Amino acid sequence: MSWLNDTLSWLSNGANWAGPDGAAHLLGEHLRLSAVSLLVAAVLVVPLGLWLGHVGRGGAVALNIGNVGRAVPTFAVLVLLALAPEPFGLGDLSIVTALVLFAIPPVLTNTYVGVREVDRAAVDAARGMGMSGWQVLRGVELPLAAPLIVQGLRLAGVQVIATATIAALAGGGGLGRLITEGFNRQDQAQLVSGAVLVAALALLVEGLFELLQRSVRPPSAR
Amino acid sequence: MVGYTLLVGSHGVSGHAVTLADGCLVRNEWICGEYLSSRRTEIWDALVQHTLITVVSVLLGLALAVPLALVARRWRWLEQLVLGASTVVYTIPSLALFSLLLPFTGLSATTVVVGLVLYSLTILVRAIVAGLAGVPAAVIEAARGMGYGERRLLWQVRVPLALPTVMAGIRVAAVSTVALTTVGAVVGYGGLGDLIYDGLRTLFKPQVLIASVLCVALALVVDLLLLAAQRAATPWRQGRPA
Repeated sequence: MSWLNDTLSWLSNGANWAGPDGAAHLLGEHLRLSAVSLLVAAVLVVPLGLWLGHVGRGGAVALNIGNVGRAVPTFAVLVLLALAPEPFGLGDLSIVTALVLFAIPPVLTNTYVGVREVDRAAVDAARGMGMSGWQVLRGVELPLAAPLIVQGLRLAGVQVIATATIAALAGGGGLGRLITEGFNRQDQAQLVSGAVLVAALALLVEGLFELLQRSVRPPSAR
Repeated sequence: MVGYTLLVGSHGVSGHAVTLADGCLVRNEWICGEYLSSRRTEIWDALVQHTLITVVSVLLGLALAVPLALVARRWRWLEQLVLGASTVVYTIPSLALFSLLLPFTGLSATTVVVGLVLYSLTILVRAIVAGLAGVPAAVIEAARGMGYGERRLLWQVRVPLALPTVMAGIRVAAVSTVALTTVGAVVGYGGLGDLIYDGLRTLFKPQVLIASVLCVALALVVDLLLLAAQRAATPWRQGRPA
C-alpha cells in the first residue's frame, strides 16, 4: 500500500498546494469551470424543458437530445472547439462550451420528464379553479417537478466535475492538470492525488444536491 | 506554408507533395475528401479498434453485472453497497482511471477495456436491479401459485418482464462506452480517439472532424442495433414506446 502513503504525503505537503500550479489554485479553477458550465446549461434548458413539458409536446425531441448527447464524446467536442477559429481555440470558452453541451441532455430530459409526470389530476384541478397556463406552471407543475429537476442537475453536476479533467488534455486548467502532469512525469502520487481530489469534489457536490433535492420535495411526498 | 511542413513531418505524405501543393490537406481544411481517400486504412483500423474495445467492454460489463445484480437483489444491504459503489465509480475521472491502471496493465488495450468495463458495469447493475425490482409482485405471486419454482420464476417471469429496463440500460451503457473509448487515447488505445488526440497535437483539422463524426455515427448505429434487438426480444410490447 505504498501508493496510499505516497498519495497521503503528497496531499499533506503544503508545497503541492501553493502557487499558480498548486492544487489549491487548480481546485478553484476546476470548481469555477464546472459551476459556470452547469449554470449555463441550467439557464439554457430548464426553461425549455419546463415549457415542453407544460405544453406536452416535443417530448421525442427532449428525449432524443438526451440520447444523442450521450453519443457525442466530450473529448471530441473539446478538440473540435480547440481547433476552431476565434473566439474559440485553446481556452476556457471552448472548455465551458464542451461541458455545457455535455450537461444539457440530463438536465433537459429530467426537467421534461419531471413536468410530464406531474399528476394530471392536480393540473386539471388547477385549471378547473381558473388558473392560467402560467399559474399552473409556476404554482403546480414546477413545485411538483422540482425534485426530478434537481436530480437532473445533480447527475449533470457530478458528471461535469469528473469530465472537466479532460480540459487538461487540450491545454486547459483544473484538476486534470495534476493527472496529466503526473502521468507525463511518472509521478503516481500526484496522479492519484488529482483523481482523489476530483472524486472528493464530485461526491461533495452529489451530497449537496441530495440535500437540495430533499428540501425541494413537496410536502405531499415527504 | 507552416501547415505544409507540419503535414509532411507528422503524416508522411511527402511523396505526394506536388499534387498536395494546393489540395485541401495542405490548406488543412475541416472538410477534405482527400484526407478520406489517402488515409482510408488508418481510419478503418481506428474504427475497428474502437468497435472492438466497445463491444468487449460492454459484454464483459454485462457478464459481471448480471450475477452482481442478482446477488444485490437477494440481500438488501448488498444492494445499498453496490449502488453506493457505482456512484463512487462514476466520480472517478476516466482520464485518471486509465492512467492509474497503467502500472498494472501497461500501454495496452486491456487498460482501456478494464476501465470501460468498470463504467459500463455500474450502469448495467443499476438497470438490472431496477428492472428486477419493477416486476409487479402480483405477477410473482400468481406464478408461485401456479407452482413455479425459483429458477423457473427467474427465467420465465422475472427476466422477461425486466428485459425492457435492462435493454434500456444496455443501450445507455453501450452509447456511453463508445464516447468514453475516445479518452483511451491517453494510453494510445482510444480507437477513433487516437486520431482526435493526434489531430489536436498536430492541429490536423480534417482528421479531428472525420474521427468525431465517425464516433457519433458508431454510437448511433450501436444504439439502433440494440433498439432492434430490444424490439425482437420483447415482441409483446409491439406498438408501445421503447
